[in-house]
Amino acid sequence: MFKGKKVIALGERDGVPGPAIAECIEAAGGEVVFQKTECFV
Amino acid sequence: MDLENQAAIKELAEKFGAKNLVVVLGMPGEGVRLAAETLTTGDPSWAGPLAGVSLELPVFHILEEKVRSEVPRDIYAEKLEMMEMVLDLPRIEEDLAQVRGAIRG
Repeated sequence: MFKGKKVIALGERDGVPGPAIAECIEAAGGEVVFQKTECFV
Repeated sequence: MDLENQAAIKELAEKFGAKNLVVVLGMPGEGVRLAAETLTTGDPSWAGPLAGVSLELPVFHILEEKVRSEVPRDIYAEKLEMMEMVLDLPRIEEDLAQVRGAIRG
């Protein structure tokens, strides 16, 4: 589902952070073009 | 959703085309719905660059079954397994289903 797609990884400090999402998606064959970890207040 | 991130994602959608992009979220609770709405129908708070902008990006959560099943087992165990136990998965899936239903009308 991610092969050939450009992926935006938008994580959150209290959930799954951006770098962890990015690592998972790249391992699944996606190309991460943007990753951030938001802080919901 | 963070205003700087809204601006950056708007730029990426213009650069690559919304059809070529997929968004994967990692928020718990209420943040999932807000982010999904912002990236599909526009910023519901009307405060950021995506106010009134319907990007209609495909939005998923990293812990949804169809997403996590794509992640190799060892990386899943290291990065996601713990959060799967902590986050309210049924609520996340329900929130995303509602946002997707709203797009389809």
